[in-house]
Amino acid sequence: MEKHRKPYWRTALQVGLVAGVVLLYLGTIGMLAAFQEREVIYEIVSLGQILIVFPSLVGGWMAARRVQAHGASPVVAIASSVLAGIAAAVPTLIMLVINANVENVRDVLVNINRDWVDIVTFGNRDDLLAGAVLLLVVLAVASAVGALLTLLPGKLRSALIFTSALVLLVGMFGETVRQILQQLLPRETLDSIYRRTSLRVGPAVIIFVLGFIGSYFWAYRKETASRSAPRAANVTPRSLTQRIIVFIVLAIVLLALPLIVGRALSDILVTVGLYVLMGLGLNIAIGLAGLLDLGYVTNYAVGAYICAVLTSTGTLGLTGGQMSFWVVIPIALVAAMITGFLLAMPVLKMRGDYLAIATLGFGEILGTLAISDWLRPVIGGAQGVLFIPKPNFFGTELVNPEQLYYIVLAACAITLFISIRLNNSRVGRRWMAIREDEDVAAAMGIDTARAKLLAFTISAATGGVAGAIFAAKVGTVFPNSFTVFVSINVLSLIILGGMGSNPGIVVGAIALVGMPELLREFSEYRWLIYGALLIFMMLNRPEGLIPSKVRQRELAAESPPESTPNPTSAAQPAIGD
Amino acid sequence: MALLEVENIHAYYGNIHALKGLTFHVEQGEIVTLIGSNGAGKTTTLRTITSLMHPRDGKITFEGNDITYTPANKLPSQGVAMVPEGRGIFSKLTVEENLELGAYYRNDPDGIRQDMSNSFDLFPRLKERRTQVAGTLSGGEQQMLAIARALMAKPRLLLLDEPSMGLAPVLVDTVFDTIERINTEGMTVLLVEQNALLALEIADRGYVLQTGEIVLADDAATLKKNPEVQKKYLGVD
Repeated sequence: MEKHRKPYWRTALQVGLVAGVVLLYLGTIGMLAAFQEREVIYEIVSLGQILIVFPSLVGGWMAARRVQAHGASPVVAIASSVLAGIAAAVPTLIMLVINANVENVRDVLVNINRDWVDIVTFGNRDDLLAGAVLLLVVLAVASAVGALLTLLPGKLRSALIFTSALVLLVGMFGETVRQILQQLLPRETLDSIYRRTSLRVGPAVIIFVLGFIGSYFWAYRKETASRSAPRAANVTPRSLTQRIIVFIVLAIVLLALPLIVGRALSDILVTVGLYVLMGLGLNIAIGLAGLLDLGYVTNYAVGAYICAVLTSTGTLGLTGGQMSFWVVIPIALVAAMITGFLLAMPVLKMRGDYLAIATLGFGEILGTLAISDWLRPVIGGAQGVLFIPKPNFFGTELVNPEQLYYIVLAACAITLFISIRLNNSRVGRRWMAIREDEDVAAAMGIDTARAKLLAFTISAATGGVAGAIFAAKVGTVFPNSFTVFVSINVLSLIILGGMGSNPGIVVGAIALVGMPELLREFSEYRWLIYGALLIFMMLNRPEGLIPSKVRQRELAAESPPESTPNPTSAAQPAIGD
Repeated sequence: MALLEVENIHAYYGNIHALKGLTFHVEQGEIVTLIGSNGAGKTTTLRTITSLMHPRDGKITFEGNDITYTPANKLPSQGVAMVPEGRGIFSKLTVEENLELGAYYRNDPDGIRQDMSNSFDLFPRLKERRTQVAGTLSGGEQQMLAIARALMAKPRLLLLDEPSMGLAPVLVDTVFDTIERINTEGMTVLLVEQNALLALEIADRGYVLQTGEIVLADDAATLKKNPEVQKKYLGVD
């Protein structure tokens, strides 16, 4: 073993160079410059600075972890990470040299300009040598800090990471946090915490200290709890009273949410809620029955157009705006169920990938139909349907997102309830069997065709409701709202949250739909961040953020069981006759 | 009248004529085995009986009822249960959940509970692992589970597809002992097996399949002595 492993310095160099390339890349796409202006902590830390050290920090961490995995001592680990930090500076340094000696670098790489030089040399534009040395030192130190983190005891480390992330987030999403706090605190107090949208030093330190103590204490308690009841700690179901308390607190928070967060965030919440609703619906098909449906947008569109055509006060409205939103909801629901049922019929015999492609096709057909001239007299073609009135609740028009939020919340709650009940029922068991093995399920006496039809139909229902609410919320319906990206987004949030897990869907929707909205101030870079995050997530946590029980078991099943007395357990050759 | 009668069935995979007019029967209380090499049509025969595929011609009757085109999911309630090739357990569900699915068509919770405890008596190892995920069981235990699950349907005919597949010799013996024991308790068994020696050991009668046709049919004891069978399937020179 000892002879065959890579020398430590090579590991360090490799990791360091990757971090360096990332740093250079962030510079060439202009992200460093764009983020430099955004101060996280007023006049002290800018987002750009964090961005500069972050790749080396992670690189140092990884380098230290890797060499330690091969038996290196802590000192060697830190030395390796310092080497990695130095390597991380190399690509940027090379670019600095090129920039100083070649005239037209900027013609090709528009962002390699004076601002960039200024950022990576920490303001030493005129004395490049000093700047270069400074960069080297900073990156080496950052890398060493990353290595030191690996050496800290677990509790301390996670508390540190958590708290740093907390301060960073509070500073980064200053605008959002301010909006929330606006409802609670007077303006002067707010101004003493934030200077416009960046944190002031004092509050930042206070948050850090409080967060650190809090998270350290939390980790400590968790450890002692699991030590006193080894292994059982995460298995023991919570008592009924505990669950009721959690439920009530959750309900109160959810009900009060729009009052706390204000209008702009409520609007985002409604969008997130619509995706939660669709996620819960699609999860019935994918998570429970294992039917990979890539045409979920059809149900959403059907619901939206039904609502639009039935309630619009414009020329396309069938009732001249006479029909109430509350009557339309059940109609949209049934219409979506019928569509789901009809579209499921031809694809019943397909499995897996083939089903996905076929459903994808349905989504495309629907999009084409919506925009076609043929249906133009009914649903307006590319012009869409306009003048959809807001829902009316006993005489009050629900105009604000704060009010619409409650409709979405109610719909989500009902769907969640149904979905949980279904999962624990005979029907759920049927779907579980089909997901595992259709042939065997049939041999057990399960009518697979009927079960699949049911899954598609129920799954479609919530899509219809979401579509109807969407139409009422926006007030207009255009075909370009119903692209394949809706289907893919819903699918992604299910996978991100954890296949088959209901809380996972909520978290997935917040992360996938809410985050891009919150990141809006980072303009085009948000999709880059978002994509990188997704890749990172899928590499490091493929089971999703909050995996379901069955899913956890699946992953546990992949590692060999602890007590298998039988040497042939793994042998399952597939020889047929 | 035999319990299961298969009359002149022809089955195809596309253009490939997989079963060329198979006729055989299984009497009440027997163990009947279909032996043959790879590609002889053994699994196809079972898939045809259980309606996972349909014959183009021919007729299959069970207890006098025509079941040729009875949908696969209706068969358990009619008394036919199968242990599929490669065991086909639901690997991500627990042992108990697998057994419950075996009793899926039944509506008598008390009877199901009773049968579950019966199968735990029959397979004590499964009892130890009742809450364990089936995929983490050893190969032998999985085969036991697949058999137990089929029995949960209270069948009158048990179809077994290659129960020895992928098992260590010592476990194969255990599995075959179990099959014999179930049979002595009154279960009729149709056993499809490549391991002809073992199959003929416990069977009452046997059919030898070759490229979709039955080439030999006789008592298991007689078949075992047949020189051609010995040479081709038993590895005796």
